[in-house]
Amino acid sequence: MAKLTRDDVLKLAQLARISLSDDEVTEFSEELSAILQYVEQLSAVDVSGLVSTNQVTGLTNVMREDSIKDYGYAPLDLLKNVPKTQDNQLKVKRMIG
Amino acid sequence: MAVWEPIDTIAAKVQSGELKAVDLVEKSLGLIAGNESFKAIVATTADRARERAKAIDAKIAAGENAGRLAGVPFIAKDNFLVFGADTTAASNILKGFAAPYQSTVIEKLEAEDAICVAKANLDAFAHGSSTENSDFFTTKNPHDETRVPGGSSGGSAASVALNLAPFALGSDTGGSIRLPASFTGTVGYKPTYGLVSRSGVVAMGSSLDSIGPLASSVEDAALIVDVTAGKDELDSTTIDQDDQGYVVSASSLAGKKIGVIKEYMGDGMQPGVRGCVEAAIEQIKQAGAEVQELSLPSLPLALAVYYIICPAEVSSNLSRYDGQRYGFSYADAKNLDESYTKTREIGFGKEAKRRIMMGTYVLSSGYYDAYYKKAQTVRTKIINDFAKAFESVDFLVGPTAPMTAFKIGENANDPLQMYLTDIMTVAVNMAGVPAISIPCGTAEGLPVGLQLIAPQRADRELLSVARAAEELLT
Repeated sequence: MAKLTRDDVLKLAQLARISLSDDEVTEFSEELSAILQYVEQLSAVDVSGLVSTNQVTGLTNVMREDSIKDYGYAPLDLLKNVPKTQDNQLKVKRMIG
Repeated sequence: MAVWEPIDTIAAKVQSGELKAVDLVEKSLGLIAGNESFKAIVATTADRARERAKAIDAKIAAGENAGRLAGVPFIAKDNFLVFGADTTAASNILKGFAAPYQSTVIEKLEAEDAICVAKANLDAFAHGSSTENSDFFTTKNPHDETRVPGGSSGGSAASVALNLAPFALGSDTGGSIRLPASFTGTVGYKPTYGLVSRSGVVAMGSSLDSIGPLASSVEDAALIVDVTAGKDELDSTTIDQDDQGYVVSASSLAGKKIGVIKEYMGDGMQPGVRGCVEAAIEQIKQAGAEVQELSLPSLPLALAVYYIICPAEVSSNLSRYDGQRYGFSYADAKNLDESYTKTREIGFGKEAKRRIMMGTYVLSSGYYDAYYKKAQTVRTKIINDFAKAFESVDFLVGPTAPMTAFKIGENANDPLQMYLTDIMTVAVNMAGVPAISIPCGTAEGLPVGLQLIAPQRADRELLSVARAAEELLT
């Protein structure tokens, strides 16, 4: 039965790019274990001969014309929510040390 | 007299000049101000609403035709991108976010001259069944202020129950329109997956999210579906609408084949809920419907499937909140990685974090097949159960939820218990079929909802039979 240790939780948090408080780590290791225990019931379900569902209404490869359409957005309007900009571009911290 | 007349009557009176859009907007804003204690509303869009109302009145005064929803005020759940107020999804991380464009649904409603007056509270990012997961505050149930309105579209449902506006918009990923409709005695409609565009609605579980109205009557809900349905190039999962539209009259129940879902009528239902639902089904039978009990044996698995697929999609959809492009951004980060991790630690509430963690786990290498792929395959089983049921009946019926509105705080410390409130609504989202919750009486003073379910793309037929059931039950 799946049980998440504090180390497991810390590893997941790192994968999800979230830092957690010490209390949250403890709390999530208990809560996520309980949720996993609940969903574990699926492991006993026989699904032989069935394929997995990825789309429910049967649409496949929805295509459109590859052309530019002007929605009338001003670039500065689209950038108004960006925390840091420079010369109409997003400014982020240095990525390569 | 009702606070609001039927939506088509309001629009006709605005068109004829008998009512003014500006007065309707003031009426709605006045009701919102007078009911602040219920905390249904996150913010109003008063300035923009007043401007639009003036423009609509001027258009009519000039002898032009206004739209089908002329001057009708409405309230949007705060996960719809709307001009005139921030779009926060009731989350701290999106506080101060000013939408650069509007949702397709809002654009369609505005094209028919409806007027958005306010944004309604929700569980942050629509994660929850009570609005207690809102990062701002909990909405109170208009029928009992010590109880939740249901969720996640709890602010929208409470708004309609309080008559703050003739209708509200909600989103339904695992029951988020139908459950609050059930808890507040309103009508909540979840269309076939893809019938209404998701463009411009903050994404939660993209293979499950459906957009729909909450209203005081099936007639009003159907009109909003009619205006908002249809293909949208901005949402590639949208499907064609029915050629005949969704404005329907009540169909005769005589001869309709209706299946009672056995798995939803078992133990675990509150006695008061059972009483209302059984009485409603009996009335439907008396009206001439051919009612039979049907088993959909994989339905009890739906919640477990949901709590794998939904967090998986949530963790992927919420990865965009990284503090670099929009929303809250941690200012004192030493490097890029810390900017991500601190932004997300501070910006996300507990439930969002819980779902991101859970989703990350089921999608991570080594667990993907055992959890995510397995869940997607059991999902096929659920879809097959519905398909088989609809070979012998036209509609399925059962309760919307096994309980009436619970007390604020009652489930707050037990996420699994909270998830169980969705046990009768999530299967519908798994299968992408349409469903509606309509009021069917009260148990100890609290509203009970009856859920009607139809095959994919049978929205028109479902709305029509729901109107008939509504006439019978009210």
